Amino acid sequence: MNPLPPNFRNWFAARGWHIHPHQQQLLDRAAAPAALLIAPTGGGKTLAGFLPSLIDLSTAPKDGLHTLYVSPLKALAADIRRNLQTPIEALDLPVRVEDRTGDTSQTKRKRQRADPPHILLTTPESLAILLSYPDAPTIFAGLQRVVVDEIHALAESKRGDQLMLCLSRLQALCPDMRRVGLSATVEDPPALGRFLAPHPHPCEIITADPGPAPDITILHSDTPPPWAGAGAVYAVKDVLELVEGANTTLIFINTRAQAEIFFRALWTANDNALPIALHHGSLAREARDKVEAAMVAGSLRAVVCTGTLDLGIDWGDVDLVIQVGAPKNIKRLVQRIGRSNHRYNAPSRAVIVPANRFEVLEAQAALDAVRENTLDGEPRARGPRDVLCQHILLRACAGPFDAVALYQEITQAGPYSDLSRTDFEDCLEFCATGGYALRAYDRWQRLMLNPDGLWQLRDPRSAQSLRMNVGTIVDTETLNVRWRGRGGAPLGEIEEGFAATLSEGDTFLIGGQVVRYEGLREMTVQVTKGRKEPRIATFAGTKFATSTLLSTRVISLLNSGDWSALPEHTRSWLEMQQQVSMLPKLGRMLVESYWRDTRAYTCFYGFAGRNALQTLGLLVTRRMETAGLHPIGFVATDYALLIWGLDAVEDPAALLSPDDLRDGLEGWLANNAVMKRSFRNVATIAGLIVKNLPGKRKTGRQATFSSDILYDTLLKYDPDHLLLQITRAEAMGGLVDFGRIEEMLTRVQGRIDHVKAAHVTPLSAPMLLEVGKVPIYGAAVDRAAAIEAAELMREAGLG
Amino acid sequence: MHGYSFKLDRITLTALASGLLWWQERRLLCVSDLHLGKSDRIARRGGALLPPYENRETLNRLALAIDALDPLSVICLGDSFDDDAGQNALEPEDHAQLTTLMAGRRWIWLQGNHDPGPVALGGTHMAEFKTGPLVFRHIAQSGAHGEISGHYHPKASLRSKAGRLSRPCFLIDQSRVILPAFGAYTGGLRCCDPVFAPLMSEKALAVLTGSQALPVPMGKAREPQLEA
Repeated sequence: MNPLPPNFRNWFAARGWHIHPHQQQLLDRAAAPAALLIAPTGGGKTLAGFLPSLIDLSTAPKDGLHTLYVSPLKALAADIRRNLQTPIEALDLPVRVEDRTGDTSQTKRKRQRADPPHILLTTPESLAILLSYPDAPTIFAGLQRVVVDEIHALAESKRGDQLMLCLSRLQALCPDMRRVGLSATVEDPPALGRFLAPHPHPCEIITADPGPAPDITILHSDTPPPWAGAGAVYAVKDVLELVEGANTTLIFINTRAQAEIFFRALWTANDNALPIALHHGSLAREARDKVEAAMVAGSLRAVVCTGTLDLGIDWGDVDLVIQVGAPKNIKRLVQRIGRSNHRYNAPSRAVIVPANRFEVLEAQAALDAVRENTLDGEPRARGPRDVLCQHILLRACAGPFDAVALYQEITQAGPYSDLSRTDFEDCLEFCATGGYALRAYDRWQRLMLNPDGLWQLRDPRSAQSLRMNVGTIVDTETLNVRWRGRGGAPLGEIEEGFAATLSEGDTFLIGGQVVRYEGLREMTVQVTKGRKEPRIATFAGTKFATSTLLSTRVISLLNSGDWSALPEHTRSWLEMQQQVSMLPKLGRMLVESYWRDTRAYTCFYGFAGRNALQTLGLLVTRRMETAGLHPIGFVATDYALLIWGLDAVEDPAALLSPDDLRDGLEGWLANNAVMKRSFRNVATIAGLIVKNLPGKRKTGRQATFSSDILYDTLLKYDPDHLLLQITRAEAMGGLVDFGRIEEMLTRVQGRIDHVKAAHVTPLSAPMLLEVGKVPIYGAAVDRAAAIEAAELMREAGLG
Repeated sequence: MHGYSFKLDRITLTALASGLLWWQERRLLCVSDLHLGKSDRIARRGGALLPPYENRETLNRLALAIDALDPLSVICLGDSFDDDAGQNALEPEDHAQLTTLMAGRRWIWLQGNHDPGPVALGGTHMAEFKTGPLVFRHIAQSGAHGEISGHYHPKASLRSKAGRLSRPCFLIDQSRVILPAFGAYTGGLRCCDPVFAPLMSEKALAVLTGSQALPVPMGKAREPQLEA
């Protein structure tokens, strides 16, 4: 056992603290190559991660970088810096702590490279950039420890894969480096351990006492929630009452646009003028900083926020979490409510506010799952190769490299431990020559093999562009929004596509204010105070990971006959569903058809999880296209699949027949929007599509063309190209293997209940407003466009 | 071939769905902004290594039209090559296909802002070309009549009940036609862009290309595209 040195012991004692068992355990394993601490939020997790470093630096002070801390959020890095100051000042430790993120100034970044602090707090992207400099070995010389915070969240995306590749690079530069991962509760700790540890080393896993069970309830408002929609504005009065009854409340909403609407509604009804603020990732940094500072100072009663505040920022006073909109994923809910009551031994209090009546069902099912302690989640896929391509290019920015040594380094990263040599060579070939069957770029290779047998950039100037495009988050292009006038204060950002729909005088919501669009100046949206009813800014939405577990629970709840746990309004809503249609039955499939405006809608209640139903959507729309039903688009949730088209579906059984499911499927899938969307992400990450160019910005003008063109060209002339292989693997990851669909269809054959309803049914209504719609590029588009064009010509007297 | 026929200075022209302009009476085919050699130019400058198949795709599409129409003359309205070095970057196969297309007909390369120099491939190279009441040039000049040009890569979008359709388009009014870009790797400029205001009259049409040529009043096709 490593006892605390006297100065630390005294500091703990002076504050009336005892070292938590998991803090001690982590300290005892300070020499292990990798350790993973699983602890609830508020369990002194961060201090546990830094304690070995602080003790080290206290007993044997030395210059240079000692500990690197990586977190998924910029805000988290700033927050940790504040929190670390407390022990450092109290113990008078000779330790300098600095953060380095996309928000850090150029001057400071430059200085940090020459004179790194003892503890550097950063994000995966900033780390990748640091490692791409030729002086990386000097910057990181002597590095002892890496602390990866919120590693469960990083492991859910490609950011985690990129980070693990970077850690392998660091390990090669600093062989003594130890890794610590800090995580919220996860379903498979050993898998997360393998992800973190340098392969083939084991990972020590320490699990802290999870503390008392959380106290979660569903809001039972006197105002019934609407049938559809995600805004939950109906519950504003109730939410204000809850805020009033608590010290500090965090109100989570799934998307930025919904957060804007809900915040505005709260503000309008806020008769007691409670200090409530808004925080989301599209707001200007200045605005976010202000909210965070006010929160730290304890001057706010509530913050309406999205995922930006989702992770571990330590604001001790929060004693209530309100989740608006039912969480799609139980794991997320448990991790979120860890936020409330950071005191370790008090139960967290959370209230779920369903946004519509279907979400009442979903919330009830989620609540049951939490009570029974069932976590859900998808197992991790192997490390994706587009991230690897980016890593290879960035490695070349740092200087010439040996391919064999790089391959060995890469296979020490957990997610890439089983990467084959051939797969690596393919990625290297892509980075060097583009990897095309037609060898067109021999003269203009990106990477060249030099006479020493090392790979290097052909044109060293390309390093700048590569660094500018680091990262695995492919954003929609956005524009900054500022008040009009010289030096107008920044408000935040909106999507370029949304900005393009604005004309002078239009109003929209941003940062809780209504603003009026005045015009575009140098790629900045200029606004003034707006007065009329706003349109809503569209922000990049996140589609949540899904849970088949929840969908099984929901259909069981519907079939149970016992709805006593449900509020009266939801029961009567289900009764109305029984009148205009029927309830979905276990072991059968309900199909509803109805007309709305000029479109024919068909809803298939599969209750099979979103991946399976998205795949079913692709299969059924192909059959509809063949049958001349002109499908236009579809959307899938965990529960159902909704398809709309120009012609009504009369015989759903034929569409759902398990026979010849795969006929002609390949071409149909290749041309689908899901595939093109995946390609855009893959091509951007792998460096084929350049988002940012030094010195200029792409403006969507003549010079730029859509990634769909590249996709179509590759598909036609080089169908086995690496990026298409990666795209297929990735798109299929979001789909489900056809074997399971065939099985499902065989099971429901002859057990289909088809209802032709007169209008939208209660159960399908929420689907109409669901995000993640997939367009169908079929005959319907041309046919409808021709009709529309003829109509416009007639109106203009030209037809 | 699907197309939309109209009159410019009493001459009947057809805006083809493929993005080419056809003058039936003279059997004259007009194409704009081929941008051959684009991926090579980007790579040469240290940029991304794009799929190097755009020349093949562009020429294959052009060959389809030439085989079907067998024109006496072909006029390329400039920016035929992404830069002057682009002509040398053609793969032997693509070079051979282009010379086959040129064989046996009059072929005119008009100069564009990307390719001011003469073309080593043969054909005639000139700044602009006049015939009858019509004048062909790369960039439209305000006040011109009977003018056929390219350069701007116009695109238009149309909203129907099956969703939004955004396509490269012809812009047509009583005094001029602006052609869409034909090259595979070309983007578009929305026809609501202010640059078109002094050029096109209020009665101008946008003819969307694609599987069919769809004429719409240009003012109604201004709804900007929301990128997916």
